[in-house]
Amino acid sequence: MGRWKRWLYLADEFYKAPYRSVIAREKRDQEDLFMLLVFSEMMGVPNPASYYTLELQPVLMENFHDWHTRMGMEKSPLDNFRCC
Amino acid sequence: MFSMNAIYLVVTGVFFLLLGYIFYSKFIAEKIYRLDPNFKTPAYTKRDNVDYIPTDRIVLWGHHFTTVAGAAPIIGPAIALIWGWLPAFIWVVVGTMFFAGVHDFGALWASVRNEGKSIGSLTGEVVSIRARNLFMIVIFLLLLMVNAVFAVSISNALVATPSSVIPTWSAIAVALVIGVLIYKMHVPILWPTIVGTAILYAVIWVGDQVPVALPDVFMGLSAGPQWILILFGYAAVASLLPVWLLLQPRDYINGIQLFIGLGLLYAAVLLAGPEITAPAYNADAKIIGAPPMLPLLFVTIACGAISGFHGLVASGTTSKQLDKEPDARFVGYLGSLGEGLLAIATIVVVSAGLGSSEEWRAVYSEFGVHGIDTFTRGGAGIVASGLGLPVEFAATLLTVMAVLFAGTTMDSGVRIQRMIIQEWGTIYKMRFMQNHYLATLLAVGSCLILAFGAGGSDGQGGMLIWPLFGTTNQLLAGITLLVISIILVKLKRPSRYTLVPMLFVTAMAFFSGLIQLAGFYENGQYVLLFFDLLIIVAAVLVLQQGAAAFNRERASAV
Repeated sequence: MGRWKRWLYLADEFYKAPYRSVIAREKRDQEDLFMLLVFSEMMGVPNPASYYTLELQPVLMENFHDWHTRMGMEKSPLDNFRCC
Repeated sequence: MFSMNAIYLVVTGVFFLLLGYIFYSKFIAEKIYRLDPNFKTPAYTKRDNVDYIPTDRIVLWGHHFTTVAGAAPIIGPAIALIWGWLPAFIWVVVGTMFFAGVHDFGALWASVRNEGKSIGSLTGEVVSIRARNLFMIVIFLLLLMVNAVFAVSISNALVATPSSVIPTWSAIAVALVIGVLIYKMHVPILWPTIVGTAILYAVIWVGDQVPVALPDVFMGLSAGPQWILILFGYAAVASLLPVWLLLQPRDYINGIQLFIGLGLLYAAVLLAGPEITAPAYNADAKIIGAPPMLPLLFVTIACGAISGFHGLVASGTTSKQLDKEPDARFVGYLGSLGEGLLAIATIVVVSAGLGSSEEWRAVYSEFGVHGIDTFTRGGAGIVASGLGLPVEFAATLLTVMAVLFAGTTMDSGVRIQRMIIQEWGTIYKMRFMQNHYLATLLAVGSCLILAFGAGGSDGQGGMLIWPLFGTTNQLLAGITLLVISIILVKLKRPSRYTLVPMLFVTAMAFFSGLIQLAGFYENGQYVLLFFDLLIIVAAVLVLQQGAAAFNRERASAV
């Protein structure tokens, strides 16, 4: 890395690093809420947008395990499919 | 009369601090903390890219240093100069080398060796759960004091230097624009930094031309209390805004200011070479009503010598981002050294920049009245003669620098206080405390009670909270050093390098707390009396439990 680039990198990190975790956590909170919305029908909460969110379920499946453990549920909260 | 050039003071101070880093921190790193380059830090073992993420050591040092350095190493030494420059200078140099360095470095090491846990959590583990809960109370009280004392300092500075009003508030606008540019529009860092900094300094010139003063009396309040109310109103709003919009760019601007400010001050002292006019030891301190130097000096200068707040930062966020364990020495020890440099700069400008010896004595005629203002007055003279700037401009520049430091700490302080209240709401199942707005209101309300209860209502004497803030800070440092000592004993390693500083700061803070208790009672300052009592009781309980845990571990380690 050239000296100039190194300086720019340091300045950029100096700006971003201190608040990276706070911003990432806020983003994750929003994503957690979105997960709840997508899987809400399965937990008996009516969701008027289920026609669209159903399509997203396979995409979000990858994050499902992390999400339910983060929400304090050791096992999948859904009856109709298992996770772990 | 014996006189000395300030350059000698700067050179001596920097020389000893460097010796501390090169030799003492190396000894501590190798023999006591035994840093291992192959140890996998929590940034790797628990990596989640949210809290735990390996970070370049220079970036981490910059982040750590700018978080811990602020207005406190300016205000503390500026007040403590009443006892003369020599005691303050010795305490800053010795404190940074043997106390703060080991404390900050140790808190970082202890946290890294324990999965990145904070000192609060570690207290729960190595001492007891009750000790951890009491520790939380001490932290809350510390934040309360920080916010109250900084609000009073800022309001005093804005009243004393009306030319700093426009630049201070413009910095918020600059920060907001930078925040939007970088976060929303993904503009690279270079131009917002250059243009933002240029605007910041250009506005200082505008402020100089257009000073702003609030009405002498408005709704029965003088200008100082009016500013305090405005500041807390602002801090409440700021703490609720998304961090990328205000706090993040404000911290960044402040970091740049800190480096520029330190560079300017040291360059000015070296170029101007002013004579020190303050007495080395002020024998008149007692006559003019200052409390006894022993033990009050050791709590008046907390940040700049040793500060418990640093341990919170080191173990709270820095430890989770440490790339390699040996980086702890660079980040922790050198971070405290940076703060020591700021404290030395303050001692130099306040002891050499206030004019003749008589003029100096005229300024320091009462204890606990001056803070930022003496720093800016002293610094302005030296910066003006050293760098050829107009005195008024230099005064505004330094006031804005100090006020921005204090302001940013207030913003974050209110935010963290709000989070602690919300956490208590969750733990004790009180739903109303979990509400964002109500928790903010509670945080700001408690700070206001303290600020006004301490004498801020008439705009005078508000700085009396300062030594109380120092006491809390030092007790916290004592608890942190005790936790580190317990961990060292557990590992069958020498604990005297942390235990001796721990006993010293705790004893000084405890006796200071008692002396202040008597003072508050005599003066009928019951709000301060209440807070002082609360701190002493909470700290004594934590320390008592800590001492028991220490003896337990020592007995089992034999």
